[in-house]
Formats: sequence, structure tokens, C-alpha cells
Amino acid sequence: MERATNFAKPYSTRLFFQTVIARAYPRVIGAQREKSWMFFEIFLPLLAVSAYVFVYRAIGAPETYVGFVVMGGAMTAFWMNILWSMSSQLFWEKEQGNLALYIIAPNSMMAILLGMALGGMLATTLRAFVIVFVGGLLFEVQFTVASFSALFGTFILTMVALYGMGMMFSSLFLLLNREAWHLASLAQEPIYLFSGFYFPLKSLGFWLAAGASIIPLAVGMDAMRQLVFPSGPSLGFLSVPIELGILVILSVVFLVGARYLLAHMERLAIREGRLTDSRR
Amino acid sequence: MSGTTQTSWRSQGELNIRESVRSFLTAAWLGWQIESNWTDPFLFAVYSVIKPIAGAAILVVMYGIITQGAFDSPLFAYIYLGNAFYIYVGSVMTGVSWAVIDDREHYKTLKYIYVAPIHVPFYLVGRGVARFLTGTISVLVTITAGVLFLNLQLDLAAVNWPMFFAALTLGIVMLASMGLVLAGVTMMIAHHVWFIGDAVAGALYLFSGAIFPLEVLPNWLRPVGFAMPLTYWLELLRRAMVGQVAASFPTLSQLTDGQLFVILIGLTVVFGFLSIIVFRWCEHQARERGLIDVVTNY
Repeated sequence: MERATNFAKPYSTRLFFQTVIARAYPRVIGAQREKSWMFFEIFLPLLAVSAYVFVYRAIGAPETYVGFVVMGGAMTAFWMNILWSMSSQLFWEKEQGNLALYIIAPNSMMAILLGMALGGMLATTLRAFVIVFVGGLLFEVQFTVASFSALFGTFILTMVALYGMGMMFSSLFLLLNREAWHLASLAQEPIYLFSGFYFPLKSLGFWLAAGASIIPLAVGMDAMRQLVFPSGPSLGFLSVPIELGILVILSVVFLVGARYLLAHMERLAIREGRLTDSRR
Repeated sequence: MSGTTQTSWRSQGELNIRESVRSFLTAAWLGWQIESNWTDPFLFAVYSVIKPIAGAAILVVMYGIITQGAFDSPLFAYIYLGNAFYIYVGSVMTGVSWAVIDDREHYKTLKYIYVAPIHVPFYLVGRGVARFLTGTISVLVTITAGVLFLNLQLDLAAVNWPMFFAALTLGIVMLASMGLVLAGVTMMIAHHVWFIGDAVAGALYLFSGAIFPLEVLPNWLRPVGFAMPLTYWLELLRRAMVGQVAASFPTLSQLTDGQLFVILIGLTVVFGFLSIIVFRWCEHQARERGLIDVVTNY
């Protein structure tokens, strides 16, 4: 009887968190075992960031823009993580044959996605922090943080919305085949452009910037820049409280959307026989 | 006896050449199919141009907000053309190196390629051809957009076409060599870096003088730029297309076109030999460590 009751409630809270930790574990520990990431994901991006810094110096830009580039360059790590390690991850798991195992195991797919998100976020935060720290030192960026708690809160809220978006995309990518690679690859430079990774968001003009605000990194980064650079507020798109409000809305929409889309896509994928499908 | 040995060597050499050419052509065809047949031609064309156009637009916005839209300046042409041709760097290097991850971990065919009568380095370079072709479309679209919308000063009648094509060809050979080095390194690492070619291309942006003159770099970094074949390749392309703009920047102005070609050829040969040595070494290490058919996943 007790066994039957347990069977009827497979997604216990304990199992949920065990699944989250189990999926986050390889992200954090596995990546540390493969030391080459330090070179490819910290050193090389730092050089790429430096190139944009020198472009600004070549055209005589104010030093604030150098700080903008360093911060934007660090945040690219999160977007890459969302694209390649969240959005296309379920597609990749399907290609590897792991997805069917996830589905037949008595755990929640949301827990798996959350584990992927948390693991990726932790590992990527370390990379982003190193890029900001080293970039800040190399280019003598002046950070003037008025409120660390506000900055930390904005960062966390940005991450929640961003990884919520990643969780939602990952369920959408379940229905894709080879185009998943191409779509993920396509979503790099255009997002760097419309999110203002290397320049103030408001340079795009009001309507373009407003449209780009659906991308959590665009508004999150704009708010963080206003909080860490003395001239940040004058280059900000909207005031920080409004941007925080947008981030809250995005967080809720993306997380709820991820929950429903995942369930819907899982059903659709099962019905259309795509869970073990690998169209190569 | 000696004659028989010579004939044997010659026929062995011909066989190797035939095998290399066949590997290259088959891989080029395969690469094109993989790159292009996942969607309809229209979407493929759109996909091929959006990414580089967006990359160029980032620089245009950066330049525009600081200079208040001074797109007539020689510096803009310098940045824009350097950035446009730099698309080849990411395309070719990624095309060659990504084939390792694609075949090893996605299609799981790398081990079969190794047991087949295929010349692997030529196969990998062949796989890069598709990206070279899509890169070419991107370069053309980027430059056309610059001329049409950003007042990029380019007179097609004044372009030194023989010099342009000679430099372009040399550059592609050089980039394929660099891609092969990267393919060797890719063979020895996990796939947690998705597009290692893009990452390396992004990093080399700094030293190549693609988007700013090397004088902007600190003194201690400039020698790296001067040791890079990319620097001379981009300078030759700029001189062929907009000679007067290239002459406005002092970086390599003391060198004649001929001298630039000699340096580029020399560095291409050096990188060519280096790529063979590095690739063979990495390949040997990958065999030793059982990495030819490894699947990594975080």
C-alpha cells in the first residue's frame, strides 16, 4: 500500500532536489576536470573583449565605454551558456540517447532543466567574474558600485529571467533536428547587437531597445551598468526600477512558459515519436 | 631493381595524391550537404547572411555613436573592410575544426573515417569548404551593404583584382592550415567549447589589425600582430580594394606590395608545416588516449 502511494507521487520534493543536484553536478565538477575551458572560455574571450576595447580606443571613445565592453564581454559567457548548454542541450541529449532515459526515469523534467541551469549558471558566473576582474584590471576600468545589494539583486533577477528563457527554449528545441545547431549559432551576433553587449542599449533608439527588452540580458545588463559606472545612469535606457520590473515580469513569464511548454512539447514529441528520433 | 623501386615510389606518390584529392572533394561535397540541406535554400541564404551582417552592425553602431556617424572617414573603411574579410577567418577555421566534433560526437563516424582509405587532413580541410562558400556570400553581402547604406568608399573599377585574388587565395590556404592546427587540438579536448574556431578567431581579432591599426595596441603586444600572417593578408586585401585608405595608416606603409606578398607566402609556408606537425602530434596523442571515438557531454 505504501509502495503504491509512493508510486503515485513520483515527483516528491526530495527527489526533485536530488535530480536538480544530480544534473547540476556534471556541469560544475565535470567542467573543472576538463581544464581546457580556462583557455577557451576565459583567456580567448578576454582577448576578444580586448579587441573591442581597442576599437573604442582607436576612435577616441570615453573610458566608460571600455567598462561597458568589459562587462558585455563577460555577459556573453551567459548567453553562450544559454544557447549551447541550455537551449540545445535537450536536443543534444536526444542525439546522445539520454533523453529517453530522462523521460522514463521517475523524475521531473523541470528538475533536470533546473539542474542544468544551476550548474551552468555557477560555472559560467565563475568565468564571467574572471573576465570582469582581469579585464577591469588590464584596462583600468573604474567601477563605482553605489549599492552592492542592488547590484547583486539585479544580477540574480537577470539570471532567473535568462535561465527561465533558456529552459523555455530547451523545450522548443526538442522539436528541432539539425536546424537546432544552426538556430543556436544564428542567435549569437544578432543578440549581441540587439542586447547592446558592446554599447549602451539606448544607442539603438527607443523602439529597437524596447523590442530588445524581451531579452533579459539587454535590460539586466543596462540596469547593472547604471549601478556600476558613474556615468551609467546617463547612458541607461530606462531607470533601474523600471528595468527591474521588466525583469520580474520576464522571469515569471519564462518560468511559467517553460513549465507549460515542456509538458506540451514532451507530449507532442512522444506523440510524434521524436524523443528517440535522430534525423542526421 | 632501382628502376622498379622508383616506379613503385612514383605510383605510391600518385596514389597518395589521388587519395588526397578524392578525400578533399568528397569531404567538400559532404560538408556542403550537411551545411545546406537542413532547410530550404531561401532560409539557408537568410541564415548565411544575418550572422555576419549583425557582427558588422555591432562595429557600425560602436563607431557611429562615438564619431557621430563619420562614415566617410578612412578609419571607417579600414575597420569595415577588415571586419568583412575577417569573416573568412571564423568560417574557415570553424569549418575545418568543427568537423572533428561533428564526426566524432554527433555522427560518431570519425572512427570509420580513420579506418577508411581517406587522407584525414585533406578530409577535414574539405569539410571546411562549405563554410568558406557561405563565408564568401557573407563577405559579399557585408561589403555591398557597406557601399549601399554606409557610404563605404569602394570603386570596383579601381580595385586591383589580380592582387586581390592572389592575396585571397594565399589567405585561404593559410586559414585552412590554422584550421588544421585547431582540428588537432579539438581532437584532444572535450566538446564543452562548441565553436572553438569562432573562439580562436575572436581572440585573433586583437592581433590581426582587422578592426584597428596595430599602433593602438600596447608596444609589448605589437610583435604578436606582426608575427601573424592575418595582419599581412588583411593589409594586402585592403590595398587591393581601397589603396588610398590603406596608405592612410602607418602600420605597414613602409612595406611594398611585393614585400607583403613575400612575408605572407613565408608565413603561410611556416604555418602549413606547423599545421602538419601539430595535427600529426595531436592525432597521435588522441589515438594513444583513446579519444578518436570519445563522446563528452556536460
